[in-house]
Amino acid sequence: MNAINEALRKPGSTPGQSEAEQPAMNESKTVRGLALFDPQLVKPAVAEAFRKLSPRAQLRNPVMFVVWVGSALTTLLGVQALLGQGEAPAGFIFAIAAWLWFTVLFANFAEALAEGRGKAQAAALRGTRKNVVAKKLPQASREAKHSIIDSASLRRGDIVLIEAGDTVPADAEVLEGVASVDESAITGESAPVIRESGGDFSAITGGTRVLSDWLIARVTANPGEAFLDRMIAMVEGAKRQKTPNEIALTILLVALTLIFLLATVTLLPFSIYSVNAAGSGSPVSITVLVALLVCLIPTTIGGLLSAIGVAGMSRMMQANVIATSGRAVEAAGDVDVLLLDKTGTITLGNRQASALLAAPGISEQQLADVAQLASLADETPEGRSIVVLVKQRFGLRGRPLLDAHFVPFTAQTRMSGVDIREADGLRQVRKGSADALRSHITALGGRFPEAVNELVNQVARRGGTPLVVADGAQVMGVVELKDIVKGGIKERFAELRQMGIKTVMITGDNRLTAAAIAAEAGVDDFLAEARPEDKLKLIRDYQAEGKLVAMTGDGTNDAPALAQADVAVAMNSGTQAAKEAGNMVDLDSNPTKLIEIVETGKQMLMTRGALTTFSVANDVAKYFAIIPAAFASTYPQLKALDIMQLASPSSAILSAVIFNALIIIVLIPLALRGVKYRALGAAALLRRNLLVYGLGGLVVPFIGIKLIDLLLVAIGAA
Amino acid sequence: MNASPVVQIGLFLIVLFALAWPLGRYLRAVLDGRLSARFAALAAIERGLGKLLGASPDEDMPWWRYATAIVLFNVLGLLAVYGLQRLQLSLPLNPAGMANVEAGSAFNTAISFVTNTNWQGYVGEATMSYLTQMLALTVQNFLSAATGIAVVVALIRGFTRRNAAGIGNAWFDLWRVNAYVLLPISIVLSLFLVGQGVIQNLSAYQEVQLIEPVSYSQPKLDAAGQAVLDAAGKPVMETVQAKTQTIAMGPVASQEAIKMLGTNGGGFFNANSAHPFENPTGASNFAQMLAIFLIPAALCFMFGWQVGDLRQGLAVLAAMSVIFVAMFGALVGFESQANPLLTQLGMDAGIGNLEGKETRFGIVASSLFATVTTAASCGAVNAMHDSLMPLAGLVPTWLMQLGEVVFGGVGSGLYGMLVFALLAVFLAGLMIGRTPEYLGKKIEAYEMKMVSIVILVGPILVLGGTAVAVLTPAALASLWNPGAHGLSEILYAFSSAANNNGSAFAGLSANTPFYNLMLGAAMWFGRFVPIVAVLAIAGNLARKPRLAASNGTMPTHGPLFVVLLIGSVIIVGALTYIPALALGPVVEHLQLFSR
Repeated sequence: MNAINEALRKPGSTPGQSEAEQPAMNESKTVRGLALFDPQLVKPAVAEAFRKLSPRAQLRNPVMFVVWVGSALTTLLGVQALLGQGEAPAGFIFAIAAWLWFTVLFANFAEALAEGRGKAQAAALRGTRKNVVAKKLPQASREAKHSIIDSASLRRGDIVLIEAGDTVPADAEVLEGVASVDESAITGESAPVIRESGGDFSAITGGTRVLSDWLIARVTANPGEAFLDRMIAMVEGAKRQKTPNEIALTILLVALTLIFLLATVTLLPFSIYSVNAAGSGSPVSITVLVALLVCLIPTTIGGLLSAIGVAGMSRMMQANVIATSGRAVEAAGDVDVLLLDKTGTITLGNRQASALLAAPGISEQQLADVAQLASLADETPEGRSIVVLVKQRFGLRGRPLLDAHFVPFTAQTRMSGVDIREADGLRQVRKGSADALRSHITALGGRFPEAVNELVNQVARRGGTPLVVADGAQVMGVVELKDIVKGGIKERFAELRQMGIKTVMITGDNRLTAAAIAAEAGVDDFLAEARPEDKLKLIRDYQAEGKLVAMTGDGTNDAPALAQADVAVAMNSGTQAAKEAGNMVDLDSNPTKLIEIVETGKQMLMTRGALTTFSVANDVAKYFAIIPAAFASTYPQLKALDIMQLASPSSAILSAVIFNALIIIVLIPLALRGVKYRALGAAALLRRNLLVYGLGGLVVPFIGIKLIDLLLVAIGAA
Repeated sequence: MNASPVVQIGLFLIVLFALAWPLGRYLRAVLDGRLSARFAALAAIERGLGKLLGASPDEDMPWWRYATAIVLFNVLGLLAVYGLQRLQLSLPLNPAGMANVEAGSAFNTAISFVTNTNWQGYVGEATMSYLTQMLALTVQNFLSAATGIAVVVALIRGFTRRNAAGIGNAWFDLWRVNAYVLLPISIVLSLFLVGQGVIQNLSAYQEVQLIEPVSYSQPKLDAAGQAVLDAAGKPVMETVQAKTQTIAMGPVASQEAIKMLGTNGGGFFNANSAHPFENPTGASNFAQMLAIFLIPAALCFMFGWQVGDLRQGLAVLAAMSVIFVAMFGALVGFESQANPLLTQLGMDAGIGNLEGKETRFGIVASSLFATVTTAASCGAVNAMHDSLMPLAGLVPTWLMQLGEVVFGGVGSGLYGMLVFALLAVFLAGLMIGRTPEYLGKKIEAYEMKMVSIVILVGPILVLGGTAVAVLTPAALASLWNPGAHGLSEILYAFSSAANNNGSAFAGLSANTPFYNLMLGAAMWFGRFVPIVAVLAIAGNLARKPRLAASNGTMPTHGPLFVVLLIGSVIIVGALTYIPALALGPVVEHLQLFSR
């Protein structure tokens, strides 16, 4: 359960507490459905919409600023008309002015609504970052005497003691101790995690709580620079920096606005010329020109542009991913190659024993017996799976081991087992990799049979991991461990292939094993026997080919590769170094999340593109409505262009303006939710979106403007 | 040439593509430097040239140096053309004793020929000496065409190079295009035209006896050349009888070939390609139309080969061809309608609108020529565009307003179309959820800024210029036609100048201080602002890495992209100019047919 979503749904509730009260709730869906036009968000957004009317706020958005100026201008013209010198009836001018103001307000409202969601998320996060007391130590020693200070005064490099029940005062790196930590405030995951010094689990985050034992840690972030602060800054729209594509699009929108400004401003001289030439009518009024201008410039996308960006960040939060910048999210949409760690992403975390292959002259029963002996004391998932297998297959139950000494697996020996003291000496039962066992047996003066070698190769070819089992110097046979590929992952990869994204599996396994798993999981390529530097090289190679690479990682040794990748998602469970190197942090520590991130990135771009296309396509209908109306008095023949058969020139212009304003409101849900992403090839996706938003954008306003015109006639306003 | 429109355009396109294909290959070899590498003589010449310039063909220029070289080169051309006009009376080869050209007209004409526009405010056979025609105008026809080709070649290098600082060497690009491409083809084409009857001589104008003397009345002029007015302020008319006619001569064929091939369009004679000495037969007419489209089409092939995927070039060529065929269809359709005013007087409605056309070409070939010359930024005419039916007249106007990208000028058409491709790719890229890329290059804020500048220049000059003109009494005094048609004439003039076409709707006395200055400015900025912006794009693209295409990359070679590209061109053109066109040709049409 996600603390942030939780807080959104029930403002005022403390994160984490509601966990028990509202079980089994499909959080992200409910929040989205509820919160889109939730009164809790709408009311402040309405107020904010009016506050954003200040010209300073409007200047940030050039397209809407033009509308703002137009609204002010028509309002003044309306006042002038009231004073008896109007270029058109005051009622008409004020109706246009009112709807132009509405256009500005609707755009403000959309932005405020999106920001409101971000603010609520930020508030929920802030709740977890209350100032706490910190126990500052002069040096990293349990014996040293600590001084109590406020967490806000901690600086990078300070050393703190955190004991059971304490809140972690700042982002820090564990120097000493092992403790269980409740990180639900950040991740929403209620099960505590173990944090200890050294290795990949040494990072602790401010705001989480130590449940048992104690830690001594070095602070890694100054106040205001901590992880949580970055999260808050990102979800609060106001401080949001425009993403590169957003900047490029804004340039295009400004250019379009200038073109339409030219097209409408020059209409006045053309109209004056036409009136002289035709000898009838009067030049087009400023009010009508302003109305035409506002209808033509891309107000739909201009009004919703920033809402789309804010909503995108907000959606990432709902997916429990913190991006350090909008740029990173956008880049995710462009990814060509996805590097995925095999373990935990493609396969279930652990390999499991699946078959027993006895050496020549040994029965399966004998092999099972020794394999069980070697594994009884082994608490690793592999060891346990061997015990389970022999119990299922041969009915062998666990037995007490007397006088036995467990030999754990180490990276040096690469084998584990038990030493049993028996009457005739020490019985060494071992299981481990073929190489390790070969040297072990040779050392004991035994012989490693060729047939077993063959078995080992067979297993490897099948994608399994062979574990050789030996009783003293006697090789008993091979246990086949198999990776279990996650259900549904193959379909996910097929989808990615459709999207044009290549998946590469990274594994420490040998080539044979890796190839077999890669084939089973349906990834496009794999990197076997991968060391951290191999990963880094692979990323550089792909980048040299002109590809954008995304990867996930958690360990400190992943940090260089994460820093090199274009999109790097660090697991929240990972080390501080990994989190610093990545440009996103996945709070759920779920490596498959990358796929969702890619989709969100694409959605943001698609929504902008779709609305821009829609906005521009709308202009055709608006021309047909306004041009005949604007020049009705000079050239009545232009009525032939009025294919919508609108009631009167003034109702035609008013209808177009009203349509232009209302379409912003209608499209707010689309802007906030994003255009639905489908895993289609680029061409198919483009064809689809062009049809929906391009052709739709051409047709919809014809219908909309006609309907509004009919309505205006019906209520007698035309 | 009375074949049906379908046969004529079909034949035209087939021959065009058949010729453009090999020329595209040849252009590639020339601009890669492979041609000069193969022939020792050429290499030696280039070495000599290099010594002269202190440069070498392999020395790349960054975009701003390339742009500076191009602009500087053209400023020098401007000064030369201006100087030759102003001094022609003191210079040789002036058998007709043409006076020095007046400053305003010389300024306008100099810009006009340097910018590949060839807008002509003057009457060729009554203004320019043979030396001016040859050394100033014909030479500039070569140089301005080479300028356009050099710029598009630089842009293509921007796409093909990766992480590169330079986009080629402007001096050698200009040299190679002129010496190895324009000159040889022009010689061949000139000889063909001479064979068809186009004149080529340096003789004095001939005075010939009319078989039948002609009487006509004209305003009586005083010593200062001003019309003598009667008491009511009307000109005093006098009747004159003409027994002889002056036949203008000149080196026409040599100028005619490059006028077409370089999409220049400036006629030796005022009547341009309607004049029998410029364009005597159906065959010469066909060859001239082919020459206009030849290099623009060949550049599309070359572009495809250069970027390593011919289909990319074919997609651009397809988009151009579709718009072209549709526009020709519209034009020939409107021209086949008779003018209702003439039908009322008892004319046969079946023959369509023959006003302003040469009978040796007829409606279809005249319509095809009008479409070709305005689709490409040539501006040569074989019929009077002012006499087209209102909506038929809208077609050439709009083709120019689209930015001269439908084949367009040599080089400029392709780079203009590629700018639209960047725009199309930008929108489409967003719609499929990727940072837009074209030919492996990411299209980002910098490119969009330059694209916006290119797209904005046209409307600013055309709409702004027309708006100023209709508010200026001096400009309105040049109008011969009142009403909506008058607006069309001014709009056409500015569309033609700003987009470097150079054809005229006529009906407008353009050799006035107002138009010489305004149209001169429109031509200059309409030419060089986009050139600098396009070179800036080229420089920026060359610096970027080239991304690999994947299934998620939007394909830019299929029918979908062609539709998208056409859509971008049409929508931008339509949205910008609909209001102005509605008050010009559209109203005129509605008025004419609602009577």
